Amino acid sequence: MFEIRDLHVHFGGIHAIKGISLSVEDGEIVTLIGANGAGKTTTLRTASGLKAPTTGSIWIDGKDITKASPQDRVKMGLSHVPEGRRVFPRLTVLENLELGAYLRRDRAGIAADLADVYARFPVLAERTKQTAGTLSGGEQQMLAMGRALMARPRILLLDEPSMGLAPLLVQMIFDIVKGINETGTTILLVEQNANMALQIAHRAYVMETGSIVAQGTAAELAQTEDIKKAYLGG
Amino acid sequence: MDQLAQQLINGLSLGSIYALIALGYTMVYGIIQLINFAHGDVYMVGAYVGFASMAILGLGVFESLALAMVTCMILGVVIERVAYKPLRNSTRIAVLITAIGVSLLLEYVMLYFVGAAVRSYPPLPDYFNAQFAVGGVVISAKSLIIIGVSVALMIGLQFIVQKTRIGKAMRAVSQDADAARLMGINVDNTISFTFALGSALAGAAGVLVGIYYNTINPLMGIMPGLKAFVAAVFGGIGLIPGALIGGYFIGVTETLVSGYFSSLLQDAVVFAILILVLIFKPAGLLGKNVREKV
Ligand SMILES: Nc1ncnc2c1ncn2[C@@H]1O[C@H](COP(=O)(O)OP(=O)(O)O)[C@@H](O)[C@H]1O
Ligand SMILES: [Mg+2]
Repeated sequence: MFEIRDLHVHFGGIHAIKGISLSVEDGEIVTLIGANGAGKTTTLRTASGLKAPTTGSIWIDGKDITKASPQDRVKMGLSHVPEGRRVFPRLTVLENLELGAYLRRDRAGIAADLADVYARFPVLAERTKQTAGTLSGGEQQMLAMGRALMARPRILLLDEPSMGLAPLLVQMIFDIVKGINETGTTILLVEQNANMALQIAHRAYVMETGSIVAQGTAAELAQTEDIKKAYLGG
Repeated sequence: MDQLAQQLINGLSLGSIYALIALGYTMVYGIIQLINFAHGDVYMVGAYVGFASMAILGLGVFESLALAMVTCMILGVVIERVAYKPLRNSTRIAVLITAIGVSLLLEYVMLYFVGAAVRSYPPLPDYFNAQFAVGGVVISAKSLIIIGVSVALMIGLQFIVQKTRIGKAMRAVSQDADAARLMGINVDNTISFTFALGSALAGAAGVLVGIYYNTINPLMGIMPGLKAFVAAVFGGIGLIPGALIGGYFIGVTETLVSGYFSSLLQDAVVFAILILVLIFKPAGLLGKNVREKV
């Protein structure tokens, strides 16, 4: 289980995250939705250790990881697919995927997971030698997700995987996210595309200017009038 | 024609030395966008370690080369940890000024201990002075050894950067440090490793220049440091092949200018070429476009 308790994050004088708490149970897809600038990315960056919180704590399976380095969090099973994909542009697809398994030593397991990634993302298998910077946006998103899976995470943090993609690709990415969850990975999904996110998630949190303003099962929230108006286009 | 071939070989020897120094500049720039002004002085320290190792410890040339590399490797890592790492979140200008400070510190500490006098490198084994006549061109074993050692080191570097786990980590950090952290890469250790590699190459270059010119002094790092920096910028700073091309280009240009015109002109020509390259290709010969992170 993954948990955030009463988290506060500042950027200099800006109070970006104002005491949020959330949890993701094993096997769940939980989505964190909210407008641009609400603090979703900052929440994930703090969860994976790229940004230090002012106060509050982050937990994996009852262990406080607030002070752990990003590497230690990866070792504990946390993988983060950052906003904007952030693939290594001048490395090949294969090198990017290999870096996903940077902390692992089990060659056989890595090879099996590579085959698994290629099965989930067949375009990557066709482009192993191509540099990542030359891939299309959708392919880069798949590479970023494949790279995170190479760490064999138990908990996957996804930051707007559908950003900037054509509708057909958006559908495909959400199907893949669902597929990853069905094979046993717990997922915290940040999205601006609330419609799609609520369709695949079990539960959801709604964030506004650094605070969580609503939470519940995805089905409940999808029926709430305020949420519909603010995030679902009607 | 024969004289040209002769000059080319000298230029390649000198170019090898510039290229070895330029590699350190470019790797450090690639990973933390710092122009490490102290790098030329690490090279100077390498020359002195090689000198002391031969003249005082009585070690052979290649043992001395190895000792200079290891010493500079440690020096480079210590400089990074003590002077640059605490400034990781400071402005670039603060780090740059610190680098200039470290450079002056190394120069004047060395001046204090060894004095300003130029020293001659210890005599080399006889086979260094062997000469081969190929056609009308006389090739000295010394030149071949300098070029050979440099090329071997460059191949070793290429292997480390392309094939090893830490080399892949270096490339990842230089392209996106946060994404590298998310892979579980220890960015601080990777930066230290980059300084270690670059400084070891500078140490080797220091010993090779002692062999090439025969004399060393505590301020000897300034000009070659500057030229190696020019070489790195010329090729495209942050790019390893760029540093090699830049280093050899400058070494050869310099020898040709001093051979055919005047040694007084050589530096002017080198810097004039840099200015021209930067006007037409601001990112350097191999650089793609402006990718400067500010
Ligand atoms: N590096 C930063 N420096 C200063 N302010 C930042 C930084 N990153 C984010 N912020 C601020 O924090 C708030 C939340 O941003 P972010 O987490 O990116 O929101 P979201 O992902 O929901 O769009 C915004 O007001 C943003 O301006
Ligand atoms: Mg965001």
